[in-house]
Amino acid sequence: MPTNTYLNAATTLKSWLLTRDHKRIALMYIAGITFFFGIGGFFAALIRLELVTPAGDLLTDETYNKVFTMHGVMMVFFVLIPLIPASLGNFLLPLMLGTKDVAFPKLNLLSFYVYLFGSLFTLYAIVAGGLDTGWTFYTPFSTVASTSAVVPAALGIFINGFSSILTGLNFMVTIHKMRAPGLTWFRLPLFVWALYATSLIQVLGTPVVAITIVLVAAERIFGFGLFNPAVGGDPVLFQHLFWFYSHPAVYIMILPAMGVVSEVIAGMARKQIFGYSFVAFSSLGIAIVGFLVWGHHMFVAGQSIYSALVFSVLTFIVAIPSAVKVFNWTATMYKGSISWQTPMIYVAGFIGLFAIGGLTGLFLAAMGLDIHVTDTYFIVAHFHYVMVGGAIMGYMAGIHYWWPKITGRMYNEFLGKVSAAIVFIGFNLTFFPQFIAGYAGMPRRYHAYADAYQVWNVLSSAGASILAVGFTMPLLYLAWSLKNGEIAGDNPWGAVGLEWNTTSPPPTENFHTQPIVTWDAYEYPTPVEGHVV
Amino acid sequence: MSNGAAVAHDAHAHHPALAHHFESLDAQKEASVLGMWLFLVTEILFFGGALTAYMIYRTWYPDAFAVASSEIAILPGAINTAVLILSSLTMALAVHAAQTGERGKILVFIAITMVLGAAFLGIKAYEYHEKYVEGHIPGLGLPFRFEEEYYRPAQIFFSIYFVLTGLHALHMIIGLGIMTWMLVLTRKGVITPEYYAPIEISGLYWHFVDIVWIFLFPLLYLIGRHVHHVG
Repeated sequence: MPTNTYLNAATTLKSWLLTRDHKRIALMYIAGITFFFGIGGFFAALIRLELVTPAGDLLTDETYNKVFTMHGVMMVFFVLIPLIPASLGNFLLPLMLGTKDVAFPKLNLLSFYVYLFGSLFTLYAIVAGGLDTGWTFYTPFSTVASTSAVVPAALGIFINGFSSILTGLNFMVTIHKMRAPGLTWFRLPLFVWALYATSLIQVLGTPVVAITIVLVAAERIFGFGLFNPAVGGDPVLFQHLFWFYSHPAVYIMILPAMGVVSEVIAGMARKQIFGYSFVAFSSLGIAIVGFLVWGHHMFVAGQSIYSALVFSVLTFIVAIPSAVKVFNWTATMYKGSISWQTPMIYVAGFIGLFAIGGLTGLFLAAMGLDIHVTDTYFIVAHFHYVMVGGAIMGYMAGIHYWWPKITGRMYNEFLGKVSAAIVFIGFNLTFFPQFIAGYAGMPRRYHAYADAYQVWNVLSSAGASILAVGFTMPLLYLAWSLKNGEIAGDNPWGAVGLEWNTTSPPPTENFHTQPIVTWDAYEYPTPVEGHVV
Repeated sequence: MSNGAAVAHDAHAHHPALAHHFESLDAQKEASVLGMWLFLVTEILFFGGALTAYMIYRTWYPDAFAVASSEIAILPGAINTAVLILSSLTMALAVHAAQTGERGKILVFIAITMVLGAAFLGIKAYEYHEKYVEGHIPGLGLPFRFEEEYYRPAQIFFSIYFVLTGLHALHMIIGLGIMTWMLVLTRKGVITPEYYAPIEISGLYWHFVDIVWIFLFPLLYLIGRHVHHVG
């Protein structure tokens, strides 16, 4: 192990809590995200337990509403949104740019505490009275009818939004202004392009959900008439404002995972990425077109048929850049010397599951079919394929891939592979039956259901317990490796990229000498067919 | 490692305001300014959400919006517009003084800017009180008084009026806080012609908040001027 690392530079509690080192902040985010993932998972477990039987026997209907709401709120706002940008992004961005830190280190620390404060505030709201609106806060239920703690929960999410904005802003400025000498835009790793596109959405989208929360709170606290039909207000306007952020928010979750996949595939196949500029621009394409598709959440909400038509077409179009990525990844693997380590297994899982999640998204872009499956388990299955099968699998791949860089030690490869396989099996068993139950008409958000759907629900709950094992294992063997793992060395995968050119773990200043970049990303030694950039 | 870069780094490293991860004060300032512009973009989107609601409802209820707008006294709003434009001028002069390193002038101009900002808030409070007296507050359990024909959509207008002007006022208050901080930095001698980025980016924020008002004033006060007032 190197003697001088960011981990042993100072070891007091204060040196962690007040650190401005992006690497330490990343680790604190990982701890926070893991904590909230555990809480969100606990609520998921309650849901799956309740749904083992058709009768609503474990939880009352009111409690069930609160449980699925808290599962959604925790997972969306406090796990998936910060998941990769705030953790791996924070750790890797300055390393990949060959610089000492992000542009605004103090703001970075502030954004962590804002995240912590906002999410704990919402956690308090659960204790104070729960939240039963669903994570979408639809009006007029959220403003006029619900008796749960809407305002505290929404306030926590509002506060948390600043954390997301600050991270996005910080990353954009960092990418613009802090690149090492010679590191031009088209030499950037694709993870950086993905983070840039993600940041763009965070900066442009989050303020809109913030004002939407302000309007809901104003209606609820002051009794203002903003979305209230009683004074001529329009609840669908709320949905437009809400989804203007919350649909692109899906891309905040998936884009960085796609960035991780690009890195891992290039590193594990030891090949120049196929179609570098296509993959880079497809990230921006997703970010831009992704802002124009929100209306597909309102196909049944009384939206004009003409706008629905336009939103439908745009939703089909946004699938194109995602497909570009999948094809380019596949082409990169073609004839590569692929090393099937744990990260690569997660990535293979990602590609398969994301393909299913993405393709079922096209079902939902088609208006006629969407009307059939609206508010059914088909939707639930679809977005879990994208968010768990996509974002979480990408995160797991990234955590394993960069674990040796972050900690200086290797995790147990055998356990890693086994847990990746368990996650893959458990995930499919959990969510594939939901496609079937949903297509057959099982509605979401009820604690009781018709007997005919029981078989699918039992399968799903069984899968969830397997999934729980798959996600608990890494927690244990990764923790174990912190003290007992094999010393990794600076570059255990033999990958290229600036982050592998420094020691593991890196020193506080990241590099012992300022890197000067004279090469393209992914310049692997062997000449490769299909090299297009 | 490039020796040139190392030498350049050391030459500037002595400036107390230079953060360790920047090559030079110029690079650091460029980053700060870009960061503030990006922040202002988020502000545009933030106000943009509420302005979208305004746009939709004004399209739906044009008459009610015009009549409700004509209920707002124009004079205090016009004075406030002038006050804010003046404060933008004094802010710009403060930035100029920071560039030339005239510490006394910085302090004076920021102080005037703050007085103008406070005057704006005072007049705003007076306007809110007028709305209260006239029964134009569409919530808080207060009686809302308006002519029968527009009774419901007028509540939407005034809801949006209070949300937009309230958020704007909140931004003014935050601005006053920032300016207080700038006074402290200036008095401590942190601000120099080499390092005045804090004043400059605070100025950007202040100008932005003024510009928001320049939009709010016509949208909220002036759309009903052609309506004959029927009391």
